[in-house]
Amino acid sequence: MGGFDWSSIANSLPFLMNGLSYTVQLTVVAAIGGTLWGILLALARLSGIAPLAWAAAAYVNLMRSVPLLLVIFWFYFLVPVMLQSITGAAYPPKIGPDRSAYVTFILFEGAYFCEIVRAGIQSIPKGQLGAAYAIGLNYSQAMRLIILPQALRNMLPVLLTQTIVLFQDVSLVALLNVTDLVGAAVKIAQRDSRLIEMYTLVAVVYFVLSYALSLGVKALNRRIAIIR
Amino acid sequence: MPMIDIRGVSKWYNEFQVLTDCSTHVEKGEVVVVCGPSGSGKSTLIKCVNALEPFQKGDIVVDGISVSARGTDLPKLRSRVGMVFQHFELFPHLSVLENLRLAQVKVLGRSKSEATDKGMHYLDRVGLASQRDKFPGQLSGGQQQRVAIARALCMDPIAMLFDEPTSALDPEMVGEVLEVMVGLAKEGMTMMVVTHEMGFARSVSDRVVFMDAGRIVEDCATKEFFGNIEARSERARQFLGKILAH
Ligand SMILES: Nc1ncnc2c1ncn2[C@@H]1O[C@H](COP(=O)(O)OP(=O)(O)OP(=O)(O)O)[C@@H](O)[C@H]1O
Ligand SMILES: [Mg+2]
Repeated sequence: MGGFDWSSIANSLPFLMNGLSYTVQLTVVAAIGGTLWGILLALARLSGIAPLAWAAAAYVNLMRSVPLLLVIFWFYFLVPVMLQSITGAAYPPKIGPDRSAYVTFILFEGAYFCEIVRAGIQSIPKGQLGAAYAIGLNYSQAMRLIILPQALRNMLPVLLTQTIVLFQDVSLVALLNVTDLVGAAVKIAQRDSRLIEMYTLVAVVYFVLSYALSLGVKALNRRIAIIR
Repeated sequence: MPMIDIRGVSKWYNEFQVLTDCSTHVEKGEVVVVCGPSGSGKSTLIKCVNALEPFQKGDIVVDGISVSARGTDLPKLRSRVGMVFQHFELFPHLSVLENLRLAQVKVLGRSKSEATDKGMHYLDRVGLASQRDKFPGQLSGGQQQRVAIARALCMDPIAMLFDEPTSALDPEMVGEVLEVMVGLAKEGMTMMVVTHEMGFARSVSDRVVFMDAGRIVEDCATKEFFGNIEARSERARQFLGKILAH
C-alpha cells in the first residue's frame, strides 16, 4: 500500500467532475420530474374518483415497499423484455442505462414526492378551495393558482430534504455501469488501484454537498416560518 | 322573478338531514338576513346558493339559472355571485392587489391593467388603497375582511352572499366591516347575509329568515320580525332573547 497517494486523483479530476455533473443532472431532473409526477399522483389520490385514487395509492405503496436497487434492476433488465413481448419485436428494444436511470428515478421518486405533496395539499385549510371556487375558478385553476402554490411552499423544506436523499440514492446507478460520481470513482480506483483514496474522496464530496444543502434547507425553514 | 329563489331544498350528510325543505327568495335589491342557533344549517344553506355544497332535493335558481341543472356552467354562475366568508379566505400567497386581480383576469378575461383599475377602485372604496402591496397576513382581521369584500365586488356580482362576515373579528373591527356592508345595501346590492348582528338586521335588512334544526322557521319582513315578537315561534323568541341580552 505505502500510504495515501493523491496524484491519481489530480490526474483524473476532469473525469470525476464529469461524473459529479452527471450525478447532479440526474438528481435535478429526477427531482423536478418526480415532483411533477408526484403532483399528478397526489391529485389522483385526492380526486375522490375511487378507481383513480386506488390505482395511484397502489402504485405509491408498491414503489415505497420495494428497495430502490430492485426497482433499478427491474427497469433495466425486465422492462425491455416486457416491451419486446408487448410489441412482438425480434429483440428487446435497447433502452440503455442512461435513459433507464432517468425513467426509474422519476417514477420511483414520484411515489415519495406524491406523499409529500398530498400532505401539503391537505395542510391547506378547506376554505381556500371554497374561496377559489366561489370566485369562479374551475378545479384546475383552483389547484394551479391557489392550492398547489401554497402546498408546495409549505412543503419546500421537505421536498428539498427528500432531494438530498435522492442525491445520495442516485449513486446506485453506478451498478448499471453508468459514469456518475461513484461510477467514475470506481473506474479510476480500479484502473489505478487507489481504492481507499478514491472512495474517501467521493465520501467527502457527498458529505460536503449534502451537509451544505441541509444547512440551506434549515435556513429556508426559518424564513418560511417567519412568512407564515 | 327573484334574484335568488330557493325552492324546497333538502340536504343530507349520509343519514343526517342538514336541511329540510327550505324555501325562500331574495328579490333584486333586497337584503335578507339569515339567523338561527349554531348548527341550524345557515352556512350550509348559503353555500348551496352558489353550489359550493350540493343538495339532494329541490332547486335553487339564481337570476333564472338553476344551480342543480346538469348543463349549468357552475364556475360562471359562481363568478357572478360574490361570497364573503367568516374567515376571510384571502389567498395568503398573493398580495392584496393580486387577490383582487386574479379572478378578473383568469375568469372574466380582463386585461391586467383593467383588473388593476377595478381592483384599486374597490380597494379605495373599502378604504385600503394604501395596502395594495401588502400580503393578507400583514393586515388586521377587519382589513382582511374588507379586502375580501372588495375582491368579490371586482367581479361585478349580481348578488352578494355573506356567511357570518363579522363573527371572527375582534369587537372593535366589526364596525368597519358593517359600514362597508351598509354602504352596499344602500346602493341597492342584492344581499343574503348570515349574521348574528341584530343591529344590522334591524336597520338594514328587508326580511329576516330564522332557521332551526335545518328548517326555515320564520321568514318575514324585518319590521314584523322585530316589531311583533309575541307572534314569533317559541324557538325564535328564545334565540332573540339570548342574542339581544348580550
Ligand atoms: N361535512 C359535514 N359532514 C357532516 N355534517 C356536517 C358537515 N358540515 C356541517 N355538518 C353539520 O350540519 C349542521 C349544520 O351546519 P352549518 O355549518 O350549516 O350550521 P350553521 O347554522 O352555519 O352553524 P354556525 O352558526 O355554527 O356557523 C351541523 O349540525 C353540522 O354539524
Ligand atoms: Mg355557519
